[in-house]
Amino acid sequence: MCIAIPGKITSILNENTATVDIGGIKRKVNLDLIGGADSSLIGKHALVHVGYAISLISDEESEEILKLLRDVMDLS
Amino acid sequence: MMENIEQKLISRINENATPLRIMHVCGTHERTISKYAIRDIISEDVQLLSGPGCPVCVTPVEDIDFAIELARSGKVITSFGDMMRVPGTTESLFDARSDGYDIRMVYSIDDAIKIAKDNPTLEIVFFGIGFETTAPSNAAALLRGVPENFSILTSHKLMPPAMEILTRDTNLDGFLAPGHVSTIIGTEPYDPISEKGFPIVVTGFEALDVLLGIAMVQNQLETGRSCVENAYPRCVNVEGNLKARELLYEVFKKTDSKWRGIGMIENSGLALKKEFEQFDAVNVHADIYKRLHEKKASESDNVDGKNGLYEECICAEILTARAQPSQCPLFGRRCSPEAPVGPCMVSLEGTCYNWYKYRHNKGI
Repeated sequence: MCIAIPGKITSILNENTATVDIGGIKRKVNLDLIGGADSSLIGKHALVHVGYAISLISDEESEEILKLLRDVMDLS
Repeated sequence: MMENIEQKLISRINENATPLRIMHVCGTHERTISKYAIRDIISEDVQLLSGPGCPVCVTPVEDIDFAIELARSGKVITSFGDMMRVPGTTESLFDARSDGYDIRMVYSIDDAIKIAKDNPTLEIVFFGIGFETTAPSNAAALLRGVPENFSILTSHKLMPPAMEILTRDTNLDGFLAPGHVSTIIGTEPYDPISEKGFPIVVTGFEALDVLLGIAMVQNQLETGRSCVENAYPRCVNVEGNLKARELLYEVFKKTDSKWRGIGMIENSGLALKKEFEQFDAVNVHADIYKRLHEKKASESDNVDGKNGLYEECICAEILTARAQPSQCPLFGRRCSPEAPVGPCMVSLEGTCYNWYKYRHNKGI
């Protein structure tokens, strides 16, 4: 139930709806929970849950996770 | 490369293993842990406990019974697929559907609203379940406006109050906090729990994420710390999704709520605010609600659905990590995903379902 799937925003349909590509499948997704649709969102990745984008996925993720891994490994 | 990191994390966890009980409170974490056999690749000293993280599993019997009663009274019930097979006192929504009542699976609340718009002569009830991840979508939908023939049976739950109760009632040392609940609420609501001495690490859903979460909890305990850390920075930040929470609390207010297997927990649920009561199924269909409760009161005091096979079902203990599925007399015998007796065997996020799917008949 709480599973959310990442998808890439490919087009904006109206003020609160976008098309998102989830593994090659196109779906309509509501963007109300991330402040509505805006063309600047095209190309960004959103986390989609029950038809709604619940957050945008951070682009800096890999560096942050590598730092966490380094921190935890260094102590071993 | 990633396999190498996973291997290093496993070594790090195992080389430093001391007796440790870490609870997750997310059905999707249970799925990852079971699917990748994480319990079997890390030291037995590090126990991974499954908490009440499956939303359909913790939905109280009374709410399922009310949904079925509404269907029997001619209303159209819509909900997510997982909810359909969870048994109420005597039957599930699926059972009622096979009796001919109008019960429809939907992917999103928007699908249910479309059914209402397309069928103005029918009364549509959306059975709204789920944690903080799911509830904001319902708030957004109500704020956009819904037709008059649409209402919500609200059974949403909030996770931090349940975690707080578990720190008192269950023997545990720390938590893996749910990644997608935290996407909405951020990491701050866990602070009061960590301040009581329980390390908390917000964790994602890949095997690597879960292993990292375990190592970080272990790390906190080794260094004598207990704080909230975020091992899922790609989707979670400290403050969470402010917009989603703003919409959520424009429509809902916190209320005491009953959890299946646990009981009432203060401020652990969501109720529609007064200005939205015309969309509250309990209010709109008050006559049916009252009739059901009078009928229940006149029957036995059997409010937990404890009859027949349910007598032996230990889902309540499993939801609070006081027992494991293999300790249930029904598990794999008279209770399976094809014929579930208790809620934990129904959902893809249920502990019993995942143990059955990934561990049963594998000699584990």
